[in-house]
Amino acid sequence: MLDVRGLRKVYEGAGRRVEAVRDLTFTVGAGELVCLVGPSGCGKTTLLKCVAGLLAPTAGEILLGGRPVTGPPPGMAVVFQEYGRSLFPWMRVGENVELPLKQQRMPKARRRELVADALRSVGLTDAAGAYPWQLSGGMQQRVAIARALAYEPDVLLMDEPFAAVDAQTRADLEDLVRGLWRARGITVLFVTHDIDEAVYLGERVLVLSASPTVVREQLSIDLPSERDQLHTRVAPRFAELRTQVYAQVQAAKRGAAVPAADVRTPTPPAT
Amino acid sequence: MKRPALRLVLALALPVLLVTVWWFASAGSTDVYRPPLRTILTTFPDVWTGERLRADVLPSLLRLLAGYAAAAVLGVALGTVIGSYRRVRAVCEPVLEFLRAVPPPVLVPVIMLFAGIGDTMKVAVIASGCVWPVLLNTVEGVRAVDPVLSETARGYGITGAARLRHVVLRSASPQIFTGLRQALSIGIILMVISEMFAASNGLGFTIVQFQRQFAIPGMWTGILLLGLLGFLLSVVFQLVERRVLGWYHGLRASSRRSP
Ligand SMILES: Nc1ncnc2c1ncn2[C@@H]1O[C@H](COP(=O)(O)OP(=O)(O)O)[C@@H](O)[C@H]1O
Ligand SMILES: [Mg+2]
Repeated sequence: MLDVRGLRKVYEGAGRRVEAVRDLTFTVGAGELVCLVGPSGCGKTTLLKCVAGLLAPTAGEILLGGRPVTGPPPGMAVVFQEYGRSLFPWMRVGENVELPLKQQRMPKARRRELVADALRSVGLTDAAGAYPWQLSGGMQQRVAIARALAYEPDVLLMDEPFAAVDAQTRADLEDLVRGLWRARGITVLFVTHDIDEAVYLGERVLVLSASPTVVREQLSIDLPSERDQLHTRVAPRFAELRTQVYAQVQAAKRGAAVPAADVRTPTPPAT
Repeated sequence: MKRPALRLVLALALPVLLVTVWWFASAGSTDVYRPPLRTILTTFPDVWTGERLRADVLPSLLRLLAGYAAAAVLGVALGTVIGSYRRVRAVCEPVLEFLRAVPPPVLVPVIMLFAGIGDTMKVAVIASGCVWPVLLNTVEGVRAVDPVLSETARGYGITGAARLRHVVLRSASPQIFTGLRQALSIGIILMVISEMFAASNGLGFTIVQFQRQFAIPGMWTGILLLGLLGFLLSVVFQLVERRVLGWYHGLRASSRRSP
């Protein structure tokens, strides 16, 4: 579905040259939920923007369904980290969700239906008439998610979407994303710096190294696909996987060249 | 309920005080140039009859409206182009800075050379003075569009005209309104000045006429009427702004509550 091959991105500007991503290669299968973890500043957002067609890579290529990505591909939705700044403050919640659909010249009745569905699935039916700035941070992020859902994407990219919401809301939103992924069969690439979140959500976890960034490790998360906050997080297998990812991330932060052999379980990259 | 009443009292206190001071200070005045307020007020209805309002005030207002509207359209359109493209900005900025620094009234004689002394000249004078604050503020507003918002729109395929309408102009609207507000007071000033130069009707013309005929109370009523007109226009402007920028005031109030 999504192929990232030899991706490299160097920011050039005003005498400063930042190599945000050195050489990234991975694939995400159709209908897969993959989590990307890595230390902050390692180029996760850069990677996501390249995949979304919002940034041109310096080298390498990105293929979506076999076709190279050169601009924002149709059928892809992005939920940004800065949710507060990604909603249009001059539009009510309903209009925010509806705007991308309007742009597709979708009939009004169908638009209404999709907006109502999307807002219902994030539990914000009553907020349709409110302005984004009248809502709490968690609710704003749910609006951004609803907008992505109403768009009916084949691929959903999420950039640390829950980094700034409180723990309870975060747990709810995690279950929401997993539930939607299972219900709709979409492909999800989920970026986070939270190891627990990555293990809880993902079918597969990619650990990125610190900058200059490469894929350090890929782990299949062989937890049952029925997960819930209460039981999954205390399961012994969860703890094991968590420890493995943790060790990798720590090693990545230290910039260790070779992964510590004792915590590494060889996992074939699922595609 | 108590709050708006208090605000009204506070808003009216100073005007009432000033008028009272004027009333009593001028009450016994025998100076022809400074007639008692009482005389001015009794002259007012005699001077500003329905006929005069139609023949002098209406033409003034129409010129103001035409010049202001032209400046608004031109200023927003050019400002959007200049604000959107870095290259265009680099080319235009020095010229803009120069033109902005030219005091608009000196344009009157120049424009008279090209546009004669008719309505076209007055509309052109008003437009050429009003356009700068609109243009410069629009440039700033368009430049300041949040990059996250911009990328979100691009990601969802909102480009071209839709992007301009739903993202760029809406995002710049607070600055555009700042420019429009400054332009309104400049417009009123230029309306009066252009009519003082060469005209056969209009508010500015009438005030100068009265002064030349030593109809001093009449002159003062004209000034009073101008003040009232300016006040009324600014009230209308505020009502429009409150409607269009409701979201902006709400956003600011909410970010003040939780910074
Ligand atoms: N527009 C930009 N211009 C220059 N450097 C940038 C830009 N965006 C990000 N960077 C740099 O690229 C690196 C990776 O940033 P980012 O992708 O935001 O990391 P992450 O999302 O993993 O925290 C950082 O060192 C950052 O300073
Ligand atoms: Mg980031």
